[in-house]
Amino acid sequence: MERRAYYRNGWMPWLLLAPQLILVLVFFYWPTTQALYWAFSLEQPWGGGNTWVGFDNFLAIFRDREYWGTVLRSAFYAIVSTGLSMAVALTLAAFVDRSLKGTRIFQSIYVWPYAIAAPAAGVAFRFIFAPESGLIGSVNQIWPGIWDPATNGIHALAMVIVCHAWLGIGYNFIFFLAALQMIPRSISEAGAMDGARPFQRLIDLQLPLIAPTAFFLLIMNLISSFTDSFGLIDVMTEGGPIGQTEVMVYKIYFDGFKGLDYSGAAAQSIVLMLLVIGLTFVQFKWVERRVHYN
Amino acid sequence: MIERSPFFDFITYLAMAFGALVVVIPFWITLVAGSQSLQEVSQVPISLLPSSHLFENLAAAWTRGDLGPKLINSFIVAIGVTVGKITLASLSAFAIVFFSFKARMICFWLIFITLMLPLEVRIVPTYSIAANALLPFQVILDTLGITGLVQAVSGVQIALNWNLLNSYTGLILPLVATATGTFLYRQFFMTIPDELVEASKMDGAHPLEFFFDVLLPLSRTNMLALATIMFVSSWNQYLWPLLITTDRANFGTVVMQLKALIPAQNGTPDWNVTMAGALIIMLPPLLVVAFMQRWFVRGLISRDK
Repeated sequence: MERRAYYRNGWMPWLLLAPQLILVLVFFYWPTTQALYWAFSLEQPWGGGNTWVGFDNFLAIFRDREYWGTVLRSAFYAIVSTGLSMAVALTLAAFVDRSLKGTRIFQSIYVWPYAIAAPAAGVAFRFIFAPESGLIGSVNQIWPGIWDPATNGIHALAMVIVCHAWLGIGYNFIFFLAALQMIPRSISEAGAMDGARPFQRLIDLQLPLIAPTAFFLLIMNLISSFTDSFGLIDVMTEGGPIGQTEVMVYKIYFDGFKGLDYSGAAAQSIVLMLLVIGLTFVQFKWVERRVHYN
Repeated sequence: MIERSPFFDFITYLAMAFGALVVVIPFWITLVAGSQSLQEVSQVPISLLPSSHLFENLAAAWTRGDLGPKLINSFIVAIGVTVGKITLASLSAFAIVFFSFKARMICFWLIFITLMLPLEVRIVPTYSIAANALLPFQVILDTLGITGLVQAVSGVQIALNWNLLNSYTGLILPLVATATGTFLYRQFFMTIPDELVEASKMDGAHPLEFFFDVLLPLSRTNMLALATIMFVSSWNQYLWPLLITTDRANFGTVVMQLKALIPAQNGTPDWNVTMAGALIIMLPPLLVVAFMQRWFVRGLISRDK
């Protein structure tokens, strides 16, 4: 990233960087450090500051079976919603990439979900899936009680996951389409000359060529399912029925702000941070390798 | 299109139409339910055609959700974040790309590491900092002994305090403090040829003149892309506004009001009003995306490549 031509000026770069650095210090580094401190200390019940407790907070959450339930649920949520969203987006992008007449209209519609606030989509989906309302709920007329996300945890989780996947379609579609369009036409044409049908070309030519984008999206989607699920769950199920849609972010919020257990919430935050950092690290490693090959 | 195959074309259109259906159905249901009367919306199965009660429902949602002032708050926050982010991001990217100074790489990493951890992950401590945003500086002064020194010399005790709860700054600043925009600007600035910098230096232009007269006009597309992305993401914030505003009446945003619009468990199931409210809340970012699509798609993609 070195340039040949640049400015040398003792104080000016610092002046330009100061606002951003100050904000990052106050709202990123300080809170993150504080989370670390809280995670390794415990507040005295009668006041008087925190005492150092080492890994006790972590042991406490790791011994908690309910916490592991939350972790497993979050992982399931992340994997299914990511898979669903990426599969739909890739299919749409592959068809749009044929650039038939009128494709542009479809193309701009597919981007819409990107603009929607998760809780707003949550409200719409909650109505669509409500057992007493006349859409999905209609099945209850034929087979009474077959669909009820208000009491059935699996139904509730499925409803949230479908909504999350829907929200991701726009973002994933944009990236898949851009990646597909970057593949030189001649490669696909050569494949066609050799007699490869469109589906075969997708599997054997296009997919391997867009693998870096697919991998990038995979990581971004996983991270977003671990972190962005709060608004959706709060509006759709509030973690219920009986905690069966409670994921990691929701539990952090609940333990921290409703239960006022800052140490436990901080320890959970650290676990989630490590998870996200781990995913990002894998991403960086991959990018590095790709650059290397080029 | 590589091969001419009417059958496959037909399949393509079918698949694309089906995809459009999947994407549009939630919007359509929101609109349809939002335009129906209470009786119509409670019907099982529901009619999938819009009815004539849209405006009364919009009005009902407007009063129930107190959407007028909340919309203004949402606009203030979204525009504040957008403007703040563009300003800070372009300035810091300018410093990192076009200046040579020792700590450059350190500053680069200090800023870019923030990309790794979204706000949701560090929500508990960020909330506590909002009670006094100047706490880090107080601690720095305390540990350096400056507080004690000043107190001994002048008798004044330094007690920095800046509470961000229930304020626009509290809603805006933590959302500005990330690196997304900086990254986008950096990527763009790196494509500026060295010759342009040299020419500007030869003409005797001040670095800031180069920034304002050359770089900013060149980065207009970037700016539009970033503006769209930031507007949408800050409008759609939910968890952070929920925590930082205990005074909902004055500082709440529209997205927070969604929950208040949902019918109570044992109350009247007037989903028509709820959906009309959701429609109002969805609309501004949807319009922004629809109109800015060309630019923001480019921005999104260049951000991560």
